[in-house]
Amino acid sequence: MTPEPLVLVVDDFQDNREMYAEYLAFSGFRVIQAANGKEALDQAFANRPDIIIMDLSLPVMDGWEATRRLKADQRTNAIPVVALTGHAMQGHSKGAMEAGCDSFVAKPCLPDQLVAEIRKMLSTPRVNAAKAGG
Amino acid sequence: MARPAPASAAALPAESNAVARLALAEQLIASDDAAECAQRAVDWLARHAAAKAAVCALVDPETDELRALAGFGITPAQLKRLSVHRDEGAHPVAFALSGPTPIVFANGKARGPPPLGPGPFVAVPLPIAERPEARVGILLAAPPSPELEREARWLADALGQKLVHLRAMRRAVESEHRLQRERELLLSVINSVPDPVLLTDTEGRIIISNSRADALFVARDEQSEGRQRAVTLNNMLFSAALSSQAIDEPEAARRELLLVNPTEGTDLLFELLSTTVQHPREGTGFVSILRNVTDLRAATEQIEENYRKLRIAEADVRAERDRLDLVIDSVADPILVTDASGKILLMNAPAERLFTAPEGSGDDMQRAVRTNDAHFSSFVSNVFLSGGASRFRGEISLADPQAARPLPVEAISGKVLSEHGEVTAVVTILHDHTEALDKARLYEQLERASKELQEKVREATAELVRRNELLQRQAIELEQASQLKSQFLANMSHEFRTPLNAILGYTSMLLQGVNGEMTPPQKKNLGRVDSNAKHLLNIINDLLDISRIEAGKMPLHLEQFELPTLLGELLAEVEPLIQKARLSATTELTGDLPAVQGDRQKVKQIVLNLLTNAIKFTPQGAIRVSAGYDATRDEISLAVKDSGIGIAENDQQKIFDDFRQADDSVTRQYGGAGLGLSICRRLANMLAGRIIVESKLGAGSTFTLHVPREGRRP
Repeated sequence: MTPEPLVLVVDDFQDNREMYAEYLAFSGFRVIQAANGKEALDQAFANRPDIIIMDLSLPVMDGWEATRRLKADQRTNAIPVVALTGHAMQGHSKGAMEAGCDSFVAKPCLPDQLVAEIRKMLSTPRVNAAKAGG
Repeated sequence: MARPAPASAAALPAESNAVARLALAEQLIASDDAAECAQRAVDWLARHAAAKAAVCALVDPETDELRALAGFGITPAQLKRLSVHRDEGAHPVAFALSGPTPIVFANGKARGPPPLGPGPFVAVPLPIAERPEARVGILLAAPPSPELEREARWLADALGQKLVHLRAMRRAVESEHRLQRERELLLSVINSVPDPVLLTDTEGRIIISNSRADALFVARDEQSEGRQRAVTLNNMLFSAALSSQAIDEPEAARRELLLVNPTEGTDLLFELLSTTVQHPREGTGFVSILRNVTDLRAATEQIEENYRKLRIAEADVRAERDRLDLVIDSVADPILVTDASGKILLMNAPAERLFTAPEGSGDDMQRAVRTNDAHFSSFVSNVFLSGGASRFRGEISLADPQAARPLPVEAISGKVLSEHGEVTAVVTILHDHTEALDKARLYEQLERASKELQEKVREATAELVRRNELLQRQAIELEQASQLKSQFLANMSHEFRTPLNAILGYTSMLLQGVNGEMTPPQKKNLGRVDSNAKHLLNIINDLLDISRIEAGKMPLHLEQFELPTLLGELLAEVEPLIQKARLSATTELTGDLPAVQGDRQKVKQIVLNLLTNAIKFTPQGAIRVSAGYDATRDEISLAVKDSGIGIAENDQQKIFDDFRQADDSVTRQYGGAGLGLSICRRLANMLAGRIIVESKLGAGSTFTLHVPREGRRP
């Protein structure tokens, strides 16, 4: 039996992070969390999630830099990254795409919307879908 | 001593000698040369009269000396020695020359050296028939014999005649040559006279004339007819003048004679001087000298004309001078004319007031006049020394002698130059400078005031600049403040969203029963939390939009889209609201709608806003959305018409302001921050379009968006 997809939720605001985590778990996903970019890298390298929900404004290491590193590493470069930010400004989404994010979702984003986005991303066939150590 | 030769010897020539004589005579006749004749003669004697030696000598007519001309049988030295003066009567030859007949000289009897060597000889004068003084020479021959004497006598006669004839002929030729030379000389003399000279007879015919006279009075046949006529006329005029002179005044006299220049046809005036000459052979004649006085008369006329002109000029000058005096006197300023030595030549009345003191005036006045004179002289001498400039300007401190007050004057001098450039006079005009000085003082004050004014203007300008800078700084600060505001709003919206995200998320989860089913009252209240949170989110989104627009951070995304599709999307989005409000909604597409090139998202946002407003403010009834195209303006229009509460005319523009609704009280009733239309207006501006409202209170509203069919980036 295929295990449920593993989602890494990265957000420095605990309430939001846990809210999404709870709802994703409720929706049947396995969830791991990170509160900053550094933790996100550690988690991603350690657990190889199926998808990463990445807030961009983060302490220690911001979401753009974390995404760049994930996409630069062959262990993680195939994992889709969904950028999630309260900054609905033009520059943010553009910067996120340049950093390597695969999609962009603006806050506020209701948990069920996020689930819909995750399902959409996971169902999209990926060119380099070969997951190292899958 | 000598004895006369017998006369019979010559009378009886031998028969044979007659032929020889004839031959010689022919030879003598044929020859023109004396020496040749003489040589033939002595040779003939030797041949036909048995002479052993013979000499023919001739008397030089100039010196009366006898010289040998030809000889036979003697040496050249002997021949040369035979040179005797005719007066040496003791000499046998000279003696024989003057004797009546041939003489035979015995050997050694004659004095002097024997002319033909030792031995007797015969001497025959040439010709015997002539008188002794008229004889031209002598013939000597030896040895004497009757035959020789006879032949010598004949020969002397024939040769003598020939020689006499030759001598006469030579004299005539020489005389003719001399005369010819003299005539040439005379002609060259009269030709060298520059005036025409003529010798004429009593009839006026020209006997002698020089070349200048010929030019006037002689014409050759081949010369032009005009010249011929002129010459004829000249001859007539000249003859008439001569004959009248001969009658009127026979003595030499001068008179004028007008002739024609045959070459140029012009008149020539001559002075004619004629003298009567009496010639023993030619009779009476006239010598005339003509002197050309044409130029002289022209010169005289010229002098007279010049003199006349001079008189006119003098009169003009006098008139001019009178006028000048009038002009100078009529000038109020003093005028003085000074000569090169500084002496005043001329001055007008105002100048006299300054430089002359009336008779019997006081000492003060005299002194003032002298002082003025000294100052003026000094000025004028500077003018003379001033060199090239023809005008000279200066100031002189004079005094008014009558008013006894200082009189500063400005002096302007002009130099009067001769045609050689020498200064002959100086004209000076003096101008009262008192007024000018006053004016200068006033001008100074004016300038000072003007400078003060300028200073004030400058200060005011500086103040203005300062204030301008302040304003600019303030404007910049305002701009920065506005930027800061926008940034602040952007940051705030983020800060608001983060907690709102949690609120909305948890509410949604609770309502979905993630944490267990809720009671209906709990659900109802949680629904209120949810709707208020969403309202708050809308307000925040609107604020964010405004701040983005103002910060210029909302770029246009131009794309092509179809209006019917857009309308369908719009209605689909508001469908739940319409159903909830129990309204009816319709769309209307008028005419052919072209594809639109524009920012689809912004157009949609505007119309969506208008639609939600329409739904909000329409308690019951219908909402209609229509799309149209104005081809003349190339504009599309999207109109949202409702049957709602309407807007009073006074409020129809206010509603586009930030945070405004038509009636503040309706805020409570209808909700909304009142930012929707403000954003719509800003977005329409960005699209180069506009929103027009038509409404009546209580009778519904129509909001129409007009935008260009083809949008452009600003």
